[in-house]
Amino acid sequence: MGIANRKELEARRKALHKANENVKTHVRVCSGTGCAALGAFEVYDALVKESKKAGLPVQVELEPCGKEKDPLFVSLTGCQGFCQIGPLVHILPDDILYTGVKVSAVKDIVEKTLAGGQVVEKLLYKNPEDKKRLKGRADIPFYKGQELVALEGCGSVAADSLDSYVASGGFSSLAKALKMDPDQVISEVEKSGLRGRGGGGFPTGRKWRSCVSAEGDERFVICNGDEGDPGAFMDCCIMEGDPYRVIEGMIICAHAVGSSTGFIYVRHEYPRAVERLSLAVKTCEENGLLGKKILGSDLDFDISVARGGGAFVCGESTALMRSIEGSVGEPRAKYVRSVQRGFRDKPTVLNNVETFACVPSIINEGSDWFTSRGTEKSPGTKAFCLVGKVVNTGLIEVPMGTSLRDVVFGMGGGIIDGRPFKAVQTGGPSGGCLGEDHLDLPVDFDALAKAGSMMGSGGMIVMDDRTCMVDVAKYFLKFLMEESCGKCVPCREGVYQLHAMLDKLSRGEGEPQDLEKIQRLGKEIQVSSLCGLGKSAPNPVLSTLKNFREEYEAHVNDKRCPAGVCRDITTFTIDPDKCTGCLVCKKACPPDAISGEKKQVHIIDQDKCTQCGACRLVCKFDAVVTN
Amino acid sequence: MYIYIDGKKISAKDGESILEVANRNEIYIPTLCHHEALDDVGACRVCMVEITHKDWGGWRNLVTACLYPVEEGLVISTSSEAVRRSRGTTLDLLMARCPTSDVIRWMAEENGEISVRYEQIDDGSKCIMCSLCVRACERMGCNAIGTVGRGHDKKIAPPFFENPENCIGCGACAAICPTGHIEVNDTRTTREIWDKKFNFVACEGCGEPVLTEEYRDYAIANRDLPADYYTTCSACKKKKLASHFDKVGS
Ligand SMILES: Cc1cc2nc3c(=O)[nH]c(=O)nc-3n(C[C@H](O)[C@H](O)[C@H](O)COP(=O)(O)O)c2cc1C
Ligand code: FES
Ligand code: FES
Repeated sequence: MGIANRKELEARRKALHKANENVKTHVRVCSGTGCAALGAFEVYDALVKESKKAGLPVQVELEPCGKEKDPLFVSLTGCQGFCQIGPLVHILPDDILYTGVKVSAVKDIVEKTLAGGQVVEKLLYKNPEDKKRLKGRADIPFYKGQELVALEGCGSVAADSLDSYVASGGFSSLAKALKMDPDQVISEVEKSGLRGRGGGGFPTGRKWRSCVSAEGDERFVICNGDEGDPGAFMDCCIMEGDPYRVIEGMIICAHAVGSSTGFIYVRHEYPRAVERLSLAVKTCEENGLLGKKILGSDLDFDISVARGGGAFVCGESTALMRSIEGSVGEPRAKYVRSVQRGFRDKPTVLNNVETFACVPSIINEGSDWFTSRGTEKSPGTKAFCLVGKVVNTGLIEVPMGTSLRDVVFGMGGGIIDGRPFKAVQTGGPSGGCLGEDHLDLPVDFDALAKAGSMMGSGGMIVMDDRTCMVDVAKYFLKFLMEESCGKCVPCREGVYQLHAMLDKLSRGEGEPQDLEKIQRLGKEIQVSSLCGLGKSAPNPVLSTLKNFREEYEAHVNDKRCPAGVCRDITTFTIDPDKCTGCLVCKKACPPDAISGEKKQVHIIDQDKCTQCGACRLVCKFDAVVTN
Repeated sequence: MYIYIDGKKISAKDGESILEVANRNEIYIPTLCHHEALDDVGACRVCMVEITHKDWGGWRNLVTACLYPVEEGLVISTSSEAVRRSRGTTLDLLMARCPTSDVIRWMAEENGEISVRYEQIDDGSKCIMCSLCVRACERMGCNAIGTVGRGHDKKIAPPFFENPENCIGCGACAAICPTGHIEVNDTRTTREIWDKKFNFVACEGCGEPVLTEEYRDYAIANRDLPADYYTTCSACKKKKLASHFDKVGS
């Protein structure tokens, strides 16, 4: 059944809404990448099967006519955020979140909770602080303080169901936008102050407006789902978990700028995102939400899903467009912006997945609603991937301006094993590291940039005192050196040389003038490189040099790695006062370098030690120390 | 329109690059990856100049002269402190990569700063990855060579690093290479390039080598010129033409 116009959309939504209202219990099984890998699909199948067996009125799709009375609705959703403790099963309306659900636990859930109305204690989240079980998302610190805009449907709507999206209000924003003048739509986006979530933070409304005013007989709308940052998965979650929202955002943009052709460029390694998006596009086409005369308006718009070229640099705007055109995904040096001459040299709007996902809410709720959260210059919310040495890792979305402290110690639950916090790395591989003194920094585009880091696409890696900043910078530079497109000299040769100098430092061969040299070369690479990759590639080293200079100096002057990471200049010894002789390190040592009997102080044989650090990792008494 | 290069007011046309205007006015801007006949790619970054404008509120920027299109009132400096630093760093980096290249060293000397400060990679290669060879080959219509890989290990090579099937031995790549990296070994009768051997066509007049047989066949098939056009060297062609006119004249 197609949706020919706004009225039909509204009718469909009402019918579905009613069906939704009848749903007595809604079981949402997370099928995000993390949970899926841990067996979420099997859990879902088992839940449906067991519930049927128990005679519950199971329904797996929203049915407006509702065969069942008070149905139990079981659906697969996108990522619910707390991937670390998946598979997650969220039960509404009681807000019960079951964690680490295995197929073997399904019977209990069905019998005790779905049929019996009781909570299965042992499946609840255990707060590591006081070991108390917490029932639902409302009680769990990880979810507190979060505000979902781009991720609103991710984790709540059934990822592959147009009906589920429509029931949750989906496409009503498009209907509203189509009633508005394109110019009005752009004004609303401008007023919302929405800035690109893909890294640069360029004002989205302004981008759309310059595209409209650019000369051209044809315009393109492209969604950047390349997400090349290692460790980042926000865009993946949105594309997999709420594909219709991205499509709706794109159609609104097409209406605003007058485009009839769109592309979603999805990272090579995201087969499920490709699959879900392709299905969503097809479903939209079948329902008249893509194609000719969308919702009875004059808008014709088609979307194709394109698979990425497989390189980090393919996410860069000009490289991405070349890649869709069928050429090698290499950045093009030019001084014309792609809003003027982009894809096939025509005016093109390129926005990130999360940027498009914010658009429907902005149109629906209005720009004031959007600007009421976040900071003045960075309104709204931002999704982050919280990873590293924090207790809670996963996908979060917080209002801009939330402090790093709230993220790391609030949602993140602090550092693993109660170790001291050292730094948080933001902005992806070419981002920067911020230390303790920046913990109260309100996270937004400008504050991060001012502190020497950047927003990037929203990766957030937390580091403890056992992380060496020289080593971290070296790691990211290696990535960037390998991912440079290799075309321009400063990026190809300069990043290589930066990496070589850091390597020298980590081997204890640094010379006093090296730090100056690194800084100078870094600055020249920033101003001389061809594309954004090179221009930002020195960030990891420049920011750590700025914020953790003593650590660099220790490597150069004392030939010492304070964090005990750089192997060539680190020696591990056991502090006899702290060692309890528990044998744990002895067992963990790969080259058998540790000797000592039970309850006697252990000793590391320096000739055999390979400085792998395994002993330090396992020692519960902090008895393994470095120079 | 008028632009200002190093303080001189110069007329320029819409659509021209800074480099084009500078060249026309004999203002020297070093380049390594530019050639009049080919599209610019902005790879070498030595043509960097600093630009500003009276309406920009003091904002200045470094841009590549080969690619930046001129605009009315643009103020360009070809050798400001920032330009020299950027160019110097780029050349230093190239010297580290190709320590045996004289061209790079000369250019660095000219820029005023010679200091090999970076780890040298002495693998004997003089390739600076300017891609002029690839673009020239593309222009010939052969596409016999291309770039392989990315990052620091990116290389210019024939497909699969084998001797290139499409190569006709025209030698355009070697001729255009700014550092002389591409080896071409010619004898009176043969040419060897990219590990591929070619036989020369001998001039019908004087017997001097004219072009490779593959090049001749390719040209005959792809260009609208008589077949014997390719079997006479240019000197003999001139002679032939002259005697033709002589005959016509007498
Ligand atoms: C090396 C490099 C990689 C990039 N990768 C991505 C990416 O994976 N996803 C993305 O949305 N933007 C990426 N960008 C930024 C894009 O070039 C572009 O600015 C962005 O997609 C614009 O969308 P926005 O304004 O909505 O952020 C990258 C930029 C560079 C220089
Ligand atoms: S994958 Fe399940 S919470 Fe993210
Ligand atoms: S000549 Fe302009 S970048 Fe090489």
